[in-house]
Amino acid sequence: MAEPTELGIAEARDQLAKGTLSARELTESHIAAMADATTLNAMVTETPEIALAMADASDARRAKGDAGGETGALEGIPLAIKDLFCTKGVLTTAGSHILDGFTPPYESTVTANLWQAGAVMLGKTNMDEFAMGSSNETSYHGVVQNPWRRKGDNQTLVPGGSSGGSAVAVAGRFAMGATATDTGGSIRQPAAFTGTVGCKPTYGRCSRWGVVAFASSLDQAGPITRSVRDNAIMLGAMAGYDPKDSTSAKIALPDFEAALTGDVRGLKIGVPKEYVLDGMPVEIEALWQQGIGWLRDAGAAIVDISLPHTKYALPAYYIVAPAEASSNLARYDGVRFGLRVPGEDLTEMYKNTRAAGFGAEVRRRVLIGTYVLSAGYYDAYYLKAQKVRRLIAQDFRDAYEKVDAILTPSAPSAAFAVGDKADDPIAMYLNDVFTVPANLAGLPGISIPAGLSDEGLPLGLQILAPAFDEETMYRVAGVLEEAAAFAKAPEQWWRGGS
Amino acid sequence: MSVDKATVARIAHLARIGVGEEELQPLADELSGILQWIEQLNEVDTDAVPPMASVHDQALRWREDVINDGDKQADIVANAPDGANGFFAVPKVIE
Repeated sequence: MAEPTELGIAEARDQLAKGTLSARELTESHIAAMADATTLNAMVTETPEIALAMADASDARRAKGDAGGETGALEGIPLAIKDLFCTKGVLTTAGSHILDGFTPPYESTVTANLWQAGAVMLGKTNMDEFAMGSSNETSYHGVVQNPWRRKGDNQTLVPGGSSGGSAVAVAGRFAMGATATDTGGSIRQPAAFTGTVGCKPTYGRCSRWGVVAFASSLDQAGPITRSVRDNAIMLGAMAGYDPKDSTSAKIALPDFEAALTGDVRGLKIGVPKEYVLDGMPVEIEALWQQGIGWLRDAGAAIVDISLPHTKYALPAYYIVAPAEASSNLARYDGVRFGLRVPGEDLTEMYKNTRAAGFGAEVRRRVLIGTYVLSAGYYDAYYLKAQKVRRLIAQDFRDAYEKVDAILTPSAPSAAFAVGDKADDPIAMYLNDVFTVPANLAGLPGISIPAGLSDEGLPLGLQILAPAFDEETMYRVAGVLEEAAAFAKAPEQWWRGGS
Repeated sequence: MSVDKATVARIAHLARIGVGEEELQPLADELSGILQWIEQLNEVDTDAVPPMASVHDQALRWREDVINDGDKQADIVANAPDGANGFFAVPKVIE
């Protein structure tokens, strides 16, 4: 029998149901693997005692359920939780110094849904500070290391961000799945960099209640897993209408796993010409062509499409997201939670607290956001960006008149080295060039590992679908996953207490 | 548009983030670089385009105006860096 940490969620579910594996055994093996992976710095907080208590409770429920009860979709499945989700009684920092010691007295809706479905919490994952970053280098808790390394090279690579710790926990085989959030690509880009499957569902599919806010009109939670099936199972447990989030969609929750029919015959797949970038590595272009070929071979029709405002998505995003962030982050004032640095008076206390509590990237974005919202600049920047946002959303609406889904690369490169882009904010922002448009338009997207670069690093392909049509997204992703037959794992060089 | 040191000092004050004198110029250069990159949006004709604040077409839902939660004073102040008797404490603001 395979190591329990090598199992997927779907396989573990079957073994748990058969009784050949207990939630406690499964959880213990993941706790041990997590303790052995501290080198990667993927976790901010490990919660082994909570995990074992939840696993024992799951085993007890299952024992009772044998007499005819309902089994939760994730009964006994150990997961890691991004440190952006509030977890009752467990430190929640959002990767920031300013939330030092913050212990939420409440549980986010998404995590509450997961526990309701029987899942087990292994701990909280490291992330870029307030989810602002594409490399997991901006965390107050330090850089997260990518488990993947280039062939014959020990240089430390970034895992992508902002959900870098979540992606690493899954890629490194110490969590079966992990929650993540995606404001401009923070699920899909780290998934691409770590050879995992990451889905950002439609805006409104998962409740934002209890998720530390970055840019409220863009933030959306989703799962990172090692297979498309696992992803569909986990999203089903996370998602659903929540009256506590006014933008939560009151819409029926489909059975995402049932959407994996393996059949894309007759589907029309759009290939947007604007996603060909100058200077994009040849291997990314080649992988994209390969993906097109796989879907064509599977019976889908490939349609050339145009999303003419694509190039304006990133600059529009870097007005809208910082503007919303500057407003959302106003709450960190040293009064109600987290860090306080004293000052002569109230204003100085605010300034000292926020100067010490925010890292360089967060400060940069709060300042940009404050500037574009300030008197005299609001129309020129913020209103302009909101207008361009509408054009980007309209591009997709027009495209989905002609196609059922869209295929693109997930990121413009493979994982890069720590420090490579840390001094050039715009070079860092360009990481999200293929993922940001879906956030601006509120659409679902998924990255699946589709191949390796010449240097032996994972590369992802992204499938985008119309709003609330995650079923088509998963259906295409499943077919692509089977054709790509990625099934590769990083060597576990970090194990053995180095 | 490029921003100067005085502008950075002004927005840092608006954002209530303390920024040292020596940091103003590097920040001005950084923010100017980002703002110049953003200005490519001016190539797009948006005269007839209404701004989009939300991807949702629907209006926000209404709910009954009833109390369905509360009595959480202890929870609310539990994480405060300073406080007493169920209140948050801040430096004195009235002389």
